[in-house]
Amino acid sequence: MSTSATSAAPDRTSAARHGPTTSPRGARSDRARRERRAAYLFMAPNLIGLTVFVAIPMLLSIVLAFFRVDGFGGYDFVGFANFQRMFSDPYFLSSLGRTLLYLVVLVPGLFLSGLGLALLVRHRFPLVGLFRTALFAPNVVSLVVVALIWQFLLTDDVGFIARLLDRVGLTAPSWLGDPAFALPTVMIITIWFSMGYYMLIFLAGLQDIPREYYEVASIDGAGPWTTFRNVTWPLLKPTSFFILLTSTIAVMTGGLDLLVILTGGGPANSTTLIIYYVYQQAFVYGEFGYAAAISSFLVLILLAWSALLFALTKGGRFSHAQ
Amino acid sequence: MPSETATLSRPATRPTASPGRRMSWRRRRSATLFVVVGVITILTVFPLVWMLTSSFKGPDEVLSTDLLPSAPTVDNFDYVFSAAPFGRYLFNSFVVSATVTVVALFFHSMAAYALARLRFPGRDAIFLGIFSTLLVTAPVVLVPLFLVVHRLGLLNSYAGLILPAIFSAFGIFLLRQFYLAIPAELEEAAVLDGCGYWRIYWSIILPLSRSIFAALAVLFFLANWNAFLWPLVATTDADLQVVQLGIASFQEQNTVDWQYVLAAATVAAVPTLLAFAIFQRRIVESIKTSGMK
Repeated sequence: MSTSATSAAPDRTSAARHGPTTSPRGARSDRARRERRAAYLFMAPNLIGLTVFVAIPMLLSIVLAFFRVDGFGGYDFVGFANFQRMFSDPYFLSSLGRTLLYLVVLVPGLFLSGLGLALLVRHRFPLVGLFRTALFAPNVVSLVVVALIWQFLLTDDVGFIARLLDRVGLTAPSWLGDPAFALPTVMIITIWFSMGYYMLIFLAGLQDIPREYYEVASIDGAGPWTTFRNVTWPLLKPTSFFILLTSTIAVMTGGLDLLVILTGGGPANSTTLIIYYVYQQAFVYGEFGYAAAISSFLVLILLAWSALLFALTKGGRFSHAQ
Repeated sequence: MPSETATLSRPATRPTASPGRRMSWRRRRSATLFVVVGVITILTVFPLVWMLTSSFKGPDEVLSTDLLPSAPTVDNFDYVFSAAPFGRYLFNSFVVSATVTVVALFFHSMAAYALARLRFPGRDAIFLGIFSTLLVTAPVVLVPLFLVVHRLGLLNSYAGLILPAIFSAFGIFLLRQFYLAIPAELEEAAVLDGCGYWRIYWSIILPLSRSIFAALAVLFFLANWNAFLWPLVATTDADLQVVQLGIASFQEQNTVDWQYVLAAATVAAVPTLLAFAIFQRRIVESIKTSGMK
């Protein structure tokens, strides 16, 4: 990453070429100043935008967490009351447990389905381009459309899935109406529409691995598992890091559109994940302060998780990628 | 997956295999992959195909288990466009999504270039700051973002739909990872030639970014076309309704008439599927070209 050693040399030569009036030291600091100014200008639009539309709302959310907001705009400072309430609120605690289960199933599920598909479609065979496109297709439509399609397919008794199972002599459960089935159904639908995205990211990572590594492994007589372990897996680490990080965030905070339209958090709260609970507290019960406290807690968990991943991988750069 | 990699290494472990055997092994691997991936693909796209074909079915047929309608009809689409201003919905969605995509790619790559290739004090801290906003997804800040946009007077405007959607750390992060891998020699030559940083960005970094831009553009466009929650809270004006809001409210009014609901969903989904099909070819192409560098 650091190019200071290599770039110091051209500095000195260019300074020498410009004659004795500019000392090497002056040229270097002049260039450093120009580089600094350029960098800040390059980042300015994003820094302003992220401040106004992300950082300020985030800080506001933390501030709101210490207030009780009543009906139409009355704010009462309540200290840590919202946080205390969280840990004595059985509905919050059960949504927390449900979210952890959701996370433990979905993050590995998305990782493995994405990697598996990418390993299959990285090869050349007839129509592979079409298959790649088609596998990504469910990711292309909105969650509103996804919710409508599955509501239609999973309709009790007369829906396509129910009739299909009926034809082979099975009775379909009420996929979205039975508390035991609703969350697993949401998980399967989530894998269905997300796996193509993770496949594409993994595929890009796989295509970045130089072919020579595989040629060397093949000359050495390495078996498929050895090749995967010693070539594919280590060289795929930056991609895996990226996917582990983004999928955790997506699973923890995403899919709200789906829950709002498909299940409304039910039945019997069985699909009330934390993010839905936040939405419910804010927009159904008008508890903006309490909702803000819960989402601050959520952000805190994600921060800790990212910090851990970053620490373990040295900033996502990994040793071999410098 | 294991069986496929197992066959992959076979000619390698037996380098003496005749060309004929090698060919037949290749053909067999191809055939196996074709069948396995083909079946997975058919199962995956089935729900989408079912939506498309069902939207051409009449009310008496929409719940049948036949894939194709016996008497295809476009009545459902006629009803959708006459019962709600779907043309306006589609126009609004397009304006918002296209604007966000173009501006975001430009801004994100500028920041990513600075973070990956330039040296300046506070770089790591700024990167970490930008990166940490990645954790703040739209649903988490929905309420406070609403308050901020309200204070700026941007509710019920295109600006209110567009501006908050431009700024996200996702593109910056991905592009930075990409730019970190660019060999330093390319830039050093340009620096020796006396090129400014804007020139380096414009004529070295941007052309190298084409393939990743194609991939990101698709993702950005889709994310914004498909956005539901933010437009829901940021607009009440009927003229600013985007297509996702349109189909969601359309469903509430036509709960039992599945043929109408599916036709509306098809109207929202088909442009995205088409745009993706077109863009996908460009992605595959740019992957091929970048493989030659």
